[in-house]
Amino acid sequence: MAQAWRKDIGFRAGTGVFALLLIGIVGAIGVELTLQSMKSINQFGLDFWRTEIWDPVAGEFGALPFIWGTLYSSILALLLATPIALGIAVFISELCPAALRQPLVFLTELLAAIPSIVYGLWGIFVLVPAVRTLEASLPGAVRSLPMFSGPPLGLGMLSAALVLAIMVIPFSSSVAREVLKSVPSAQREAAYALGATRFEAIRAALFYARTGIIGAVMLGFGRALGETMAVTMVIGNNPQVSVSLFAPQYTMAAVIANEFTEAADELYLAALVEIGLVLFIITLVVNTMSRLLIWSMARSGAKAPAAEPAAAAVPGTA
Amino acid sequence: MASSISRFVAGVTCALALAAGVAAQTQINGAGATFPFPIYSKWFAEYNKLHADIRINYQSVGSGAGIQQLIKQTVFFGATDGPMTPEQMQNAPGKVLHFPTVLGAVVPVYNIPNVKDELKFSGPILADIFLGKITKWNDAAITKLNPGINLPGTDITVAHRADGSGTTYIWVDFLSKVSPEWKSKVGVNTSVKWPTGVGGRGNEGVASLVAQTPGSIGYVELIYALQTKMSYGTVQNMAGEFVKASVQSVTAAAGAAATQMPPDFRVSITNAPGKGVYPVSSFTWLLLYESPKDKAQAKVMVDFLKWALGDGQKFAPELGYAPLPEGVIKLEMAALAKIRTQ
Repeated sequence: MAQAWRKDIGFRAGTGVFALLLIGIVGAIGVELTLQSMKSINQFGLDFWRTEIWDPVAGEFGALPFIWGTLYSSILALLLATPIALGIAVFISELCPAALRQPLVFLTELLAAIPSIVYGLWGIFVLVPAVRTLEASLPGAVRSLPMFSGPPLGLGMLSAALVLAIMVIPFSSSVAREVLKSVPSAQREAAYALGATRFEAIRAALFYARTGIIGAVMLGFGRALGETMAVTMVIGNNPQVSVSLFAPQYTMAAVIANEFTEAADELYLAALVEIGLVLFIITLVVNTMSRLLIWSMARSGAKAPAAEPAAAAVPGTA
Repeated sequence: MASSISRFVAGVTCALALAAGVAAQTQINGAGATFPFPIYSKWFAEYNKLHADIRINYQSVGSGAGIQQLIKQTVFFGATDGPMTPEQMQNAPGKVLHFPTVLGAVVPVYNIPNVKDELKFSGPILADIFLGKITKWNDAAITKLNPGINLPGTDITVAHRADGSGTTYIWVDFLSKVSPEWKSKVGVNTSVKWPTGVGGRGNEGVASLVAQTPGSIGYVELIYALQTKMSYGTVQNMAGEFVKASVQSVTAAAGAAATQMPPDFRVSITNAPGKGVYPVSSFTWLLLYESPKDKAQAKVMVDFLKWALGDGQKFAPELGYAPLPEGVIKLEMAALAKIRTQ
């Protein structure tokens, strides 16, 4: 008996060490990135976050265009990908004929396994020319809007967002599908018992699973933030802050990958590492925020009566 | 740390060699520029055929990373497309010598709808295009140089390298020599703050941007243009001739520079004077410490370089590089004697 208890302690300590190791690794990455970028931090301070200039010759560095490009492309990708990913997840888990289900699951997972450079090549040779044709065919009235201004190059924010969206869809939809699968069938049955249509019952299930679905979306967002190769191949790599979807822009991961090998100057190298630090911080903040969102939703959900989610989803149509 | 390990390894290797009484396998590590990688790997393979006991490893990590590793002494030799800066030379623990190995060139490539002719460019025009000052293909400055070619009024899209690169260094080095405005506004480095345009990754990235974007102009290495059979324009040299880049015209650029070569070989030969000279040419350099710690490896590297500068040069043209002119090789042979191998 005592021996078994001791084994249990050993097991707990062992797994505990692994868990601590994970925290240690995250901490070590943060510390190392900070140390390596000290020269740039001392030189530019907080201005690094809000300066638009990136000039390796003059030794002036600011991360704003890269922060902007990363967030803008990822948010656009998310807006495009989320409805599609949810649609795929709902279809596969709720509506799809049984014979089709396995092939569809397999295909979405296959999409997730394609290396990003392949998406990049496809982007350059197929997507970019198509986007250029689309851009050129827009009427002048639309082109005069700030969101669609600039020459139709094909390369730029729109192509980057589209490639990212396609890359993110399989991740979000796989997780969303798993989440939907875990919704207790009592939820759906209750909705049907109240006279809900199929659409309403699915909506109730989606609402019940909302925390998990937000998690799925945030997983996609995290992937979009860090994606490098496919984005750099289609975004045009021009550091500028622009709302135009047609403008070539740049992302943090892309500039690190592109300029790191030839950055011989110490300050230049430190500035690139600081971009890595900024990306690290932004990723942490985004993940923490999504965690907090999920927690707060879970807590408010727990207080409500069990039938509440389904009921809440139905009123508009009841 | 790394150097103490390598010293330990070298010591063990020597001891083993003495004990066994046979020549040990000598392994030398280097890192640096990607541009000369094809010829360097050819050279190291050929040299290994001649000297089975010598193995030279080369990692094409980029000029900047190669210089960093040389300074930290994690590699025995470095390689770069742009000479080391005075600051970098100071950071190195010993005196570093530059040895030109072969020559390369950078050429303008373009894609203009319905224009198949070979265009003529001058330095100032290229600079103004890349500064974003000339924005249409039928700009008076371009049409004046190219009479008889019906240039359309399409917008010019500039394509440049997004990754830090020796190719960019050579290109902007030329632009800043022919345009004071480029020199003051943009300057010279492996990456610069581009006034206009879109960035592609690698020669292939720029080439595909140009191939796909009507009205675009970019720059790629001569080797890349030759291998992929892209058409490219001529560039006006200091003598006023419009010269097409070729193995001969690039070697000629170095020949012109050989007469006034500084003793450390750290010289830019873009916009070199002389007839038949292609103006966007450059050396690529191998970097060695004057007094390396490991004398045995130093001796091997000196022997290798003598071979590369002699017999090795014949491999250059088939790989798209221009061989060094005789004058430069003679100067380098003399400089190699300075490396302390004992």
